[in-house]
Amino acid sequence: MLAIYKRELSGFFSSLIAYLSISVFLIVLSLFLWVFTESSVLEFGFASLDVMFDTVPVLFMFLIPAITMKSFAEERSSGTLEIIFTKPLNDLEIILGKFFANATLVICALIPTLIYYASIYILGSPVGNIDSGGVMGSYFGLVMLGLAFTSIGILSSTLTTNQITAFILGVFLCFFLYLGLDSVSRLSVFFGSLDHLIQQLGMLSHYKSMSRGVIDTRDLIYFLSVIIFFIYLSKVVIQRLK
Amino acid sequence: MSILIESLSKHYGDQKAVDNISLDIAEKGVVGFLGPNGAGKSTTMKMLTCFIPPTSGTAVVCGYSILEDPIEVRKNVGYLPENNPLYKDMYVREYLNYIADIYKIGNKTKKVNDVIEMTGLAPEIRKLIGQLSKGYKQRVGLAQALLHDPEVLILDEPTSGLDPNQLSEIRQLIRDLGKEKTLILSSHIMQEVQAVCDRVIIINKGEIVADDPIESLNRNAGLVLRVRFKSLTDSTRLHAIPGVEKVESVGAHEFLIHSNSNDINEAIFQFAKKHDQTLLIMQDESKQLEEVFKQLTRN
Repeated sequence: MLAIYKRELSGFFSSLIAYLSISVFLIVLSLFLWVFTESSVLEFGFASLDVMFDTVPVLFMFLIPAITMKSFAEERSSGTLEIIFTKPLNDLEIILGKFFANATLVICALIPTLIYYASIYILGSPVGNIDSGGVMGSYFGLVMLGLAFTSIGILSSTLTTNQITAFILGVFLCFFLYLGLDSVSRLSVFFGSLDHLIQQLGMLSHYKSMSRGVIDTRDLIYFLSVIIFFIYLSKVVIQRLK
Repeated sequence: MSILIESLSKHYGDQKAVDNISLDIAEKGVVGFLGPNGAGKSTTMKMLTCFIPPTSGTAVVCGYSILEDPIEVRKNVGYLPENNPLYKDMYVREYLNYIADIYKIGNKTKKVNDVIEMTGLAPEIRKLIGQLSKGYKQRVGLAQALLHDPEVLILDEPTSGLDPNQLSEIRQLIRDLGKEKTLILSSHIMQEVQAVCDRVIIINKGEIVADDPIESLNRNAGLVLRVRFKSLTDSTRLHAIPGVEKVESVGAHEFLIHSNSNDINEAIFQFAKKHDQTLLIMQDESKQLEEVFKQLTRN
């Protein structure tokens, strides 16, 4: 597993993928957070990072499928899958190696945003007037969301030999699970019957609940189940490819 | 016992890619899988390397079953897939280090240097794999198969796309490896099989149609000699030579002599001496294996 992990990660950092995706992510985020008047913290006047925690999931929805799209699709189209599948590795090791490498890159993109937290912490009046508990919870939620999106991206990459297809499928699945299900639950047909269940199946409610700064085991179990579910599905798909 | 295949089959729908083949490859040496395109050579190799599962039957490689111990099988097998897929954006050494990591090879640097030397990759070591010529890519493919010093090597068309010089180098390498390992290679190039293999297995439509040591396959087909005399024009006189079966006249003084006797060369020479004919050319024209192959895989 470690060999796969190392190769994937060095593949990201020896090509433009890592630098490009991290910088695009940070540039867009900083524009929203500091420059655009509708959403800028400086205009808003409150020492809060809510804008960031609302924007990052949407950016992740595009960024993560873009990172993960090549993980299996490229190996399928170039035939190198046959190389790694005839090496002494089991399928799960290969999937997990790729999953953790992609997840590492996602977390690398998040780390620089701690500077924004530090800035707001200092800009607050009095200094430190920010809901640090909430920020911690939100970061934890973002990491969970990032891992869940990564597992979705890995699955969509196993489903096709075309990276573009993998990307579009990944974006759609992330969107549907994060925002889609929540909106579906508010349709009037489900009112009073299935609305709560559908909302709980979506990621948004669990992410929001983490942002409040309380880490609820139910939310944690929800995210872990989503990750395990999509990794398991990837394994099933991979096995059927042979 | 290196490889034991027991009634192995692979079906894709109605199509029988490999149909109930059994084989025992116990000894060291080079075994050639020969067959027309789509005969089931690659499919058999993919099953032996645990890439695709068989529809029925099983095989034992180095004492491990491909169904029950695929990981152990893969540890003992080096495999070069058809079309030689490679990561084009990796450097040669980087790629070999990666493969060494997968096999968890201790003393990685030395091992990688060894295979680089063995496969003659040294002049191109600083390049990206994607920039290499086809011949060098093929060497990288061979190098990754050899890296963990496997007992069994399975090479699917190892010499496709090589120029004549590279061809003879790689063939020499294959012959050398065959001295210490069990090596299976597939090919549809007859000369190659003749040049490197100790044993030939001809596969057609998923079935084994011949399985013989190379010498006996050669013997079955008979000899064809091209001879040219300075002045002899009458082909009937050649029929008198003992062992001659058929004589074709192909030029003014040139004939193709078919025979099953191994002493035919000497008999022709004696004939020339006795009848005071000057013999200008005597050349082996027999395409023995090719003939056998055509006979067995026709229709």
